[in-house]
Amino acid sequence: MPRRPLSSRPLSGRSTPLTRRLALGACGALGACLVLGLSAAGAARAAEPIRIGLVTALSGQSAKSGEAISRGIGLAIDEVNARGGVLGRPLELVARDDEANPSKGVLAARELIQRVGVVALVGGLDTPVSMALVPIANQMKVPFLGPWAAGTGITRNGAADNYAFRVSAVDALVDEALVAYAVKTHRAKKPGMILVNNAWGESNQQGLTAALKAADLPAAGIEKYEAADLDMVPQLTRLREAGADTLFLVGNVGPSAQVVKSLDRMGWSVPVVSHWGPAGGRFDELAGPSAARVHFIQTFTFAGNTSPKALAVLDALKAKYPAIKTMADVTPAVGIANAYDATHLLALAIQAAGSTKGPEVRDGFYKVATYPGLIKTYDKPFAPGQHDALGPQDYVFTRFQNGEIVAVTN
Amino acid sequence: MLTGTLITGLGLGSMYGLVALGFHVTYAVSGTVNFAQGSAVTLGAVLGYTLAVTLGWPMPAAILGALLGCALLGVTVERLLVRPFVEKGSDAWLLATVAGGIVLDNAMLFTFGKEPRSLPSSLAVTPVEILGTGLYPLQLLIPVVGLSVAVAIRTLFRRTDLGRVLLAVAQNADAARLMGIDVRRTVACAFALSALLAGAAGLLIAPLFSVSAEMGALFGIKAFAVAILGGIGSATGVVLAGLLYGLVEAGVTATLGSTYTQLVVFSVIILALALRPDGLLGRAAINKV
Repeated sequence: MPRRPLSSRPLSGRSTPLTRRLALGACGALGACLVLGLSAAGAARAAEPIRIGLVTALSGQSAKSGEAISRGIGLAIDEVNARGGVLGRPLELVARDDEANPSKGVLAARELIQRVGVVALVGGLDTPVSMALVPIANQMKVPFLGPWAAGTGITRNGAADNYAFRVSAVDALVDEALVAYAVKTHRAKKPGMILVNNAWGESNQQGLTAALKAADLPAAGIEKYEAADLDMVPQLTRLREAGADTLFLVGNVGPSAQVVKSLDRMGWSVPVVSHWGPAGGRFDELAGPSAARVHFIQTFTFAGNTSPKALAVLDALKAKYPAIKTMADVTPAVGIANAYDATHLLALAIQAAGSTKGPEVRDGFYKVATYPGLIKTYDKPFAPGQHDALGPQDYVFTRFQNGEIVAVTN
Repeated sequence: MLTGTLITGLGLGSMYGLVALGFHVTYAVSGTVNFAQGSAVTLGAVLGYTLAVTLGWPMPAAILGALLGCALLGVTVERLLVRPFVEKGSDAWLLATVAGGIVLDNAMLFTFGKEPRSLPSSLAVTPVEILGTGLYPLQLLIPVVGLSVAVAIRTLFRRTDLGRVLLAVAQNADAARLMGIDVRRTVACAFALSALLAGAAGLLIAPLFSVSAEMGALFGIKAFAVAILGGIGSATGVVLAGLLYGLVEAGVTATLGSTYTQLVVFSVIILALALRPDGLLGRAAINKV
């Protein structure tokens, strides 16, 4: 066989039409199975459940966070259903994996709203995914409830008719807390930023810049990295040469660990104050012993938490999910706690609305009075123009210790 | 800063070179490539982790096992995804190997799990200081292994009987077959070697970074760019291009910031290919009529 350069080879060979027909046939068969399966399942149920759609990363680097969210929702739904459900109907979760990809999230959201008929969407673990889901929620008038992504613009999206709610941290407020913590704990005078290069990093770049300006501190530099970057030494070297005395870190668990490893290799023992990315997985295994020096923000922690509600939820989680054996298995606790409280608040909103129609459920959120939740007791958590149930008073600083997330005491 | 950038660039660059050598080996022998190379990188690291950490094998045994697993993958890819199409005169192996890689990635996602894990290595614990830059001994080992393998492959092709057999098959498969050379086995060997090289890269970088079911995908793409840039028919060219790619990547990141890395690096590649369409050291392919 004579050698030909790759470029001169035609991409379609003799067998292509057959391959295409086979592929089309397979897709068709798969589609038919799905349709049959769905309709059979629908017919089998007598009492129509109220379906809640979950769109989150269930695979990839953030899988553990996605699992935590699923568990929090699962437990809350069990509790609501044990009390007889909402409006006399049981709640049911329909979950879709967005693979941390906004396009896949959008497809899943449309499918959940249009075909499954969900009452509300929960999820959007990654800010870029949430930012893509919010316009759909607003346009289709289906409430979207975020239990994780902290991008400021998710709830403050400027829409006249806003359907986006959140039970989680908000970047703009987190960034103020990060700056205050760096000044108080590390006496920071010239902090540097090392941020992931996406919508989440962007949201925090604005937030941190504003917070530093308010605190009258200069920034040593702003460095970005791609989520797939393997080595952050060049960016960190630039920050060190610019005289950074503290680092603000924003990124998911994998790249956050790479930042710590890069710092180790450089032998640079600068304090790191981080957004909550490290909580999303086995940060201490990935980053090694230096993981402990990263202090990151959380809205909730099971470790050291002796409130009766926290202990009861922990027991219930262990009973429902036998895979949970130690405290290391309930990380990230924020995912569980935010999603657990969010689901209960959603149930209360539907109850208050007395309906499952989107606009009425949205207004139902405003009618929720008091709910003694896992993170705190919520008192009128939502109002028009106030779609975030948590604020700076609910943030705690934590670090990893023996696989657990523990509160940092100063 | 310069030393750090240089070592980072050489380290990653030699890994791109190693994976790209895999593209070169199969292309040189059979005119086909295995687009599942990225998945072979992942498989090397995932098998290494599973054998060493999950099953508790001693590290040398785990490395050997992982490399054997990768070689087996190479043979399987050739037998199932390349040979059937090539023998029918079809180019569908292009898509078949891409698809094979996706299937393997997802299979690893299911079996290995979704979370990134850490593969410990005694060579990546305490950094040593060289010219004012902290480096793990493993980072120094990586370029050494990368370049040694490149030299070994060059020697293999030029100086050994097996190399001559490989070249004979490359130049004229029919004539080689008439000379009593088992062409099928030779091509299978090339694919085994190719996937083994990728697996070695995966094993080498895993302790520095993390092991996950999706770590190899971007690596495979970059390595293919490197192979084309170097001139896919030239082992030296491919390794040189790998080092160059790594250095430019680290250099751009160090000076302009990684926001611009891919933008600049791939623009440089397009420019380089415009100036030298057959790659740095590639020879123009001769179309026999």
